[in-house]
Amino acid sequence: MQKYILSKKNSIMSISGILIVIAFISKWTIDNIAIFTWTLIIASILGAAPIIIQAYQALRVKVVSIDVLVTIAVIGAFLIQNYEESAIVTFLFLFGAYLEQRTLNKTRSAIKELTEMAPESALKQMENGEFELVEVDEVDEGDILLVKTGAKIPVDGTVLSGEGSVNEASITGESIPVAKEKGSKVYAGTILDNGTIQIVADRVGEDTTFGKIIELVEEAQDSKSEAERFIDRFSKYYTPAVLILGFVVWLFSKNIELAITILVLGCPGALVIGVPVSNVAGIGNGARNGILLKGSEVINDFSRLDIMVFDKTGTLTMGNPSVSEKVYYGDSIDETLGYLASVERESDHPLAKAILEEIGNATISPVDSTEVIKGEGIVAIVNGHRIAVGNVALMEKENVSLSEKSKTDIARLEAKGDSLVLTSVDSELKILMGIRDQIRPGVKEDLQRLKKLGVKNLVMLSGDNQGTVDIVSRELGLTKAYGNMLPQDKSQYIKKLIDDGQIVAFVGDGVNDSPSLALANIGIAMGSGTDVAIETSDVVLMNSDFSRLPHALGLAKATARNMKQNIVIAIGVVLVLLGGVLFSEWVNMSVGMLVHEASILAVILNGMRLLRYKLR
Amino acid sequence: MKLATIQLETLTCPSCMLKIEGALKSLDGIDKDTMKVSFNTSKVKVNFDEEKLSIDEIESAISKLGYEVLKSRVK
Repeated sequence: MQKYILSKKNSIMSISGILIVIAFISKWTIDNIAIFTWTLIIASILGAAPIIIQAYQALRVKVVSIDVLVTIAVIGAFLIQNYEESAIVTFLFLFGAYLEQRTLNKTRSAIKELTEMAPESALKQMENGEFELVEVDEVDEGDILLVKTGAKIPVDGTVLSGEGSVNEASITGESIPVAKEKGSKVYAGTILDNGTIQIVADRVGEDTTFGKIIELVEEAQDSKSEAERFIDRFSKYYTPAVLILGFVVWLFSKNIELAITILVLGCPGALVIGVPVSNVAGIGNGARNGILLKGSEVINDFSRLDIMVFDKTGTLTMGNPSVSEKVYYGDSIDETLGYLASVERESDHPLAKAILEEIGNATISPVDSTEVIKGEGIVAIVNGHRIAVGNVALMEKENVSLSEKSKTDIARLEAKGDSLVLTSVDSELKILMGIRDQIRPGVKEDLQRLKKLGVKNLVMLSGDNQGTVDIVSRELGLTKAYGNMLPQDKSQYIKKLIDDGQIVAFVGDGVNDSPSLALANIGIAMGSGTDVAIETSDVVLMNSDFSRLPHALGLAKATARNMKQNIVIAIGVVLVLLGGVLFSEWVNMSVGMLVHEASILAVILNGMRLLRYKLR
Repeated sequence: MKLATIQLETLTCPSCMLKIEGALKSLDGIDKDTMKVSFNTSKVKVNFDEEKLSIDEIESAISKLGYEVLKSRVK
């Protein structure tokens, strides 16, 4: 019975609304007080039923909820035969709850869209070798799955056979098809645009990258800041306090009307709902734009940021160096390139990779007696020639005489900020290469936007030499830049800033910066779906997309502002109503309920604006 | 101990959370410290002792309050 009434809440609300309209029409047109009174009595009883049930259930588990306040107020109004008030108040309360549900669903829609992208079923290979459709929960690690065109990939796995292209927008935010073939990794929640593949499940359910993202976002939207926890504690005692206040007022003034009005006015609605609503809408906006914000505490800190510290390689720069310029000296260059490629093939130095990419196809010869000289380069024997590959210091050691022209070339490339690699054959300089880690396109503009958003200091830390660091810093217009820094130096630096009382954000790629990410007030990871980055940081920029950073900061600021506005609306409304009750005549129970519900809708609608937030 | 994750219909008032918390606390076999009722996700996560309590009993305690259980999972 109780359940039945609660499930019909919306129909009850409509009927009671219609009855109230009939009541007032009959009063104003045919002036029939009997119809007026009786329809209002029926409307009151109908409307009060679900509220009373909810109040009873709350009291049974020892909670004084809003329903309890409203129930007492309505019963009071009924006893003093003010049916007009009792009918209107119950209707407004039900109608308000209905609107709240509708609008709250809206604020939560962005995150819901994300969670609904989670795969639900999979084609799993059974013992007889056939593929059968099963729930995704029934897939275990090691199972073999078939994915057809247009289907969602159900787990993180490796392609066993077949090929196709996958839209990885749910993980990276970029809907560019990525080609997959035997041995490629595929991710849960991404969609196979074309082709058919068989995969073996590596990670399933909440262990998949997508599962982790969802869990993180879900936790984020309900994570609470210190201020919110305070409001929660406060409202636990607030509602019973209002009840006592109403009782005390009645005791002293013997004015039931006033006492029950206070009960209605005291309903804490907008205050408890205001901050969570801003939070969920802000985080939802982020999730749609490839930004994961981990909760309202993070949003608050992020919005009050003083200084932003960047890792250079892989964050401000692309992280994969390439040859920007090459100069040849003398003849038989093709031969030399072959030697160079042969030597570099055996090295795992990042510059070696760039050089090999630049050379492309070359004749490879066997390499003998390779000697690696730390910090300088490599010396080896190829086809009986002594080949040295390294920096200027190595060339001096190898007694390579540098011509005037080569000296000017070296100086010029150094001034550009390139790392230099020289190649000599039998102590004769043959090739000079300048290698450079390109600055990410658009980074300069993004940093300008961050400054405009009020970040006072932009600092770069790098393991590279100070010369290269200074050049990048000048080009990007940073406040400060420090080179020759090991990972522990970076975290030391951040610790010092925090000890000075600054709010520090650290932006890194999460591979070797984990200590700094964890230490900074706000750790921002350029995560291309790496687990470590997602777990240790506070903000994740999906797909390593630096250009999301200004939006992330702007959004955090807008969300923090929105929370404050909602608190002001909520407290302001209560103060105005209380003032109205004490010092004027215009506030009665119905007006109180109307304003109360309106203020709840106001904070929800205000929060909803965040869903449309865009950085201007 | 098993972990139950229960998806409810949309919760609209924070006092709903108090009610659900209150109702579950009174069940024997619930691990009160791990209980988490989330407002925005409308989810309940709680550890429980499967020898004293079944997931059906937990679900019915919630639905008796008038909140519909959409989905539940025990791990």
